Parts: sequence; C-alpha cells; structure tokens
Amino acid sequence: MSAHAVMTRERRDEEAPVVEVAWEGQVVGARQDVEERAKALDRLRLSDNIFKLMTRSAAIFVLALLGGVMLALFLGSLPALNEFGLDFFLSQSWNPVTEKFGALAPIYGTLVTSLIAMMIAVPFGLLIAMFLTELCPMWLRRPIGIAIELLAGIPSIIYGIWGLFVLAPFLQQHVQPGVIATFANVPGLSALFAGPPYGIGIFTAGLILAIMVLPFVTSISRDVFEAVPPVLKEAAYGLGCSTWEVMRYVVLPYTRVGVIGGVMLGLGRALGETMAVTFVIGNAHKISSSLLAPGTTISATIANEFTEAVGDLYTSSLIALGLILFFITFVVLAIARYLLLRIERRIG
Amino acid sequence: MVASVGATLIGLSWLALILGALFWEGFSGLSLRVFTENTPPPGSDGGLLNAIIGSLIATVLAVAIGTPIGILAGTYMAEYGRHDKLTSVVRFINDILLSAPSIVIGLFIYEVMVRPMGHFSGIAGAVALAVIVIPVVVRTTEDMLLLVPNTMREAAASIGLPRSLMIQKIAYRAARSGIITGILLAIARVSGETAPLLFTALNNQFYSTNLNAPMASLPAVIFQFALSPYKDWQKLAWTGALIITLSVLALSIVARALTGARKSS
Repeated sequence: MSAHAVMTRERRDEEAPVVEVAWEGQVVGARQDVEERAKALDRLRLSDNIFKLMTRSAAIFVLALLGGVMLALFLGSLPALNEFGLDFFLSQSWNPVTEKFGALAPIYGTLVTSLIAMMIAVPFGLLIAMFLTELCPMWLRRPIGIAIELLAGIPSIIYGIWGLFVLAPFLQQHVQPGVIATFANVPGLSALFAGPPYGIGIFTAGLILAIMVLPFVTSISRDVFEAVPPVLKEAAYGLGCSTWEVMRYVVLPYTRVGVIGGVMLGLGRALGETMAVTFVIGNAHKISSSLLAPGTTISATIANEFTEAVGDLYTSSLIALGLILFFITFVVLAIARYLLLRIERRIG
Repeated sequence: MVASVGATLIGLSWLALILGALFWEGFSGLSLRVFTENTPPPGSDGGLLNAIIGSLIATVLAVAIGTPIGILAGTYMAEYGRHDKLTSVVRFINDILLSAPSIVIGLFIYEVMVRPMGHFSGIAGAVALAVIVIPVVVRTTEDMLLLVPNTMREAAASIGLPRSLMIQKIAYRAARSGIITGILLAIARVSGETAPLLFTALNNQFYSTNLNAPMASLPAVIFQFALSPYKDWQKLAWTGALIITLSVLALSIVARALTGARKSS
C-alpha cells in the first residue's frame, strides 16, 4: 500500500511541474483563443447579418420594381390624361398632326384579338391536355408535352415573321375568299367576315396569338388534370363511364378553378403580346365591323409609333396606352394567380 | 376523343410548320459571312455581325445585373422569410412581373433611363432585359431552394455553421443545377425579346460596342429588315430568325436536360 502511495506521489512530483507548465500555457492560449473566437464570431455574425440584409433588400427591390413601373407609366401618361381626360378612353381618333389622341381603337383591337385567341386556344388546349393525361401512351407523353411547350419558347418575333410571310399569304389566297363568299348572305356573319381578303388583320393576329398561348393553356390544364385523385376517375370508370364522360363530368368540374386560372394566364399573355401582332395586325387606327379588316392593338401601336412620336403629347399618349395595357393585364394576371393559388392549396 | 388526338396533331403541326418555314427560308442564307460582316445597306451583301455582338453584350449584361438580384431575392423567400407576409407579397408581385407585357418594361426603362439621359443607349437596353431576367431567376431560385431537404440545413446548423454560410455552402450547392436552369431559361427568354429594345437600345446600322450609344440587336434588326420592302434584307431577317430560334431552343433543351437529370437521380 505504502509502495503504491510512494509511487503515485513520486509520479505526481515528477509530473507536477510539467502539468503546471502545460496548464499555464493553456491559460495563455485559451485566453487568446477565446478572444479570437469572439472576433471570429463577430465577423461571422456581421457577414451573416449583411447577407440577410442583402437578400431582404433584393426581395423588397422586386416589390419596388413593380411600384416603379406603375409610377413611371402614371407620371409619363399624365400630360395626355390631363389634356384629353375621360375622352382618351372613348375617342377613336388618332391624329398625330392635330394631336388628337384616343385609345378606343387599340383597346378594341387588343380585346378582340385576345378573345379570338382564347376561343381557339382554350378548346384546343383542353383537348391536348386530355390527350396527354388520359389517352397518350406513357412513353409518348414526355416528348409530346415537350414539343407543345417548345411552342412557348419560340420568340415572339419569330411568330411575327412567320405570320407575315407564311400564314397571312396562305389565309389571303386559300382561306379568306372562301370564308367571305360563304358568309356573304348570312345575316350577322356577313358583317363579321366582309371586305377584301387582306391576309393580315384582326383575325390573323388572333390566330397567331392562339398558337402562342396554346402551350400555357395546355401545360396548366395538364397539371391540374393530373392532380385529380385517381379514385374519382376509377369510380366513374367503374360505373361504366366512357373516357369522354369521365372528362366531362368528373375531371372538368373538379379542376374548373385551375383551368380557369390557366385560361386567364394565357389571356394575360395574349393581351400583352407585341411583336407577333405588330407584324400581322395591319396598323389601322379604326374599329371596323369585319374581323378580316386591319386594326391595331395597344402594344402594336406603341411598338410601331414610339420612336417616331414627335412632341410630348404624342409620346405621353403612347405611354398612357401602356398604362392601360398594364392595368388590364395586371387585373387578369392577378385573378389568374389567385385562382391557381386556390387550387394549389386544395391539392397541397 | 378523336377530337383530342386531332387537336394534339394540329398543335404539333404548328411547331413543325414554323420550324419548317424557318429552315426553308433561313438555312440557305446561313454562311460564314453572316457572322463576319455587318448589316448591309439594301442591295449589297452583308451579314449580321453587329447585331449578333450587340445581342450578346446586352444579354450578358442583363444576366450579370439581373441574376444576383434574382438569386438573393429568391434566397430571402426560401431561407429567411419562408412564412412571412413579405414573401407572399413578393411571390405574387414576382408572378405578375413574370408575365407582364415586355413592351411595358420597355416604356418603364424609357421613362427612368432614356429620357433622363437624353438618348437611346445599349445600357438602357441591357437594363430593360435585366428587369425581365429578375422574375424568372427569383421564381426558379425559390422553387429550387424549397426542394433542398431541411435535414441538410439541420445538419449544418448542428455543427455550428452560421446561417449565411449554410445557405452559401450547403443550400446553393444542393440547388445549383436548378438555379442554373433558371438562368438558362432567363437567357432563352431574353435573347428573343424585341419590344423592350425598340425604344431603349434602339438599333444601330454600324458596329458599336459603346454602351452609351444606340446598339444593334438581332431581334431589332429582324424587325426592321422583315418589314422592309427589300428582298435581301428580308432574307437576312429569316437567317437571323433561324439563328435566334436555334439558340433559344438549344438553351431550353439544355435547361430541360439539367432538371431532368436532377429529377431522375
């Protein structure tokens, strides 16, 4: 026992100085260490805060961007709105020489071309979406879906040049004469399809817009169709429904809100589309009863005339047109987003 | 249901018709000269060099300005303010900006840059395109960061990694291919844009890399040449259209392949 005690004491005695030195060294080192760590932590906290601040500012910048667009357009259009007042929205005259400007013809053209586009694109889009979700063999779904979506990737100006050089001459030579002859004696329709076959005009613009918005309607409809719970469809099939009946009475009612959202999103695109329309609309500042006649839209007017506009009132009138366009698309897109958000919540 | 198949065939035929016309009209004009000579006056030979260079400069600048802002804003929405009010407002506004008419963006930049500066300029065109880049990048960045599993964030936090480093070293790395996809899509979107350039960068018949002066761009040249009465200008417009379409489609296919690879792994 004593031997053991001696041994430990001896060992302790031997080790004691070493331990002490090491301990003192550690005290010095630890103090430095703590200070360095504190500094490092401060640095990190600072960079952490800076990074957070940067991300937050960027998010707020996005908000400011939209505010800036609204403000700039509003201020830019003030001279025209002051000059013409409410008349600006109701007058059809567009005369740079006498400086009388009214927005009615472009507003009419914008709404009518978009309406034509939606009347063509919605049924087509829904049918394609049905094909992709219900009928198409699995291995073909992805390639066809991609091909339809590539339509959305083609730049607007390409549609314009194609519409002007390929589609419009084709319509002029092969389609419009027949249409005009067919409806010439039908009351009502004769006014809608009257006049010489120009090729370019309101209807051609609407048709091109239809091709351009088709992918938006298709891809959103497909997404909401795919989100229908399979049990619902299986139950309907189990009752002996045909594919068409399942689509008509189960899938469409279930996805109504989402489909409308997709349609509105496409409408938002059609309303603001510029280059394609500029090429084929014909740029006539008048409202004519015939859909085959040339017309103009808000965006086409701005694109065509902005750099040639002389005088503040002319420029300001064009910016006021831009403000109207922004307002219309804002409302349509806001409704679309709201509807899509609702269906997203229900699915999620 | 026959109608459904028919609609799909017609939808696909539009794509075929447009691409077919582009190749038919534009392919024969494709030669080395297009890339080495400037836009000609009507009646003489030339290429699209100044327009291609102008487009490249504007696109690169737009991406350089727009991408950092977009990524940072998307980061805030996914990493810091996932559940706060600001995020939902920004998300809504960003979606509106994403589909806002590009001509309106052009008017906006005209008001805030071109008018104060007193003249059209390449930099104004690039800023207008940057405004179009931002919402695309914000959207994809947020979506991709939201896909990063929270366990990775927790693991980083448990070893004491500060939040900013966790985002930079872990979250960005995990979401990298998705964010790059977003940038590619933004480039594809921007490189075909014409409307916002018409009254910001305007156009230039000559070779110019001066950012403070009007600058040519492919879409603007196509617009001008296609609507001109000269056959040789129209021919060049078709060639330019083919070049833009091929590069845009290539970009979106690459972007798709990137997301596809990520999904399957």
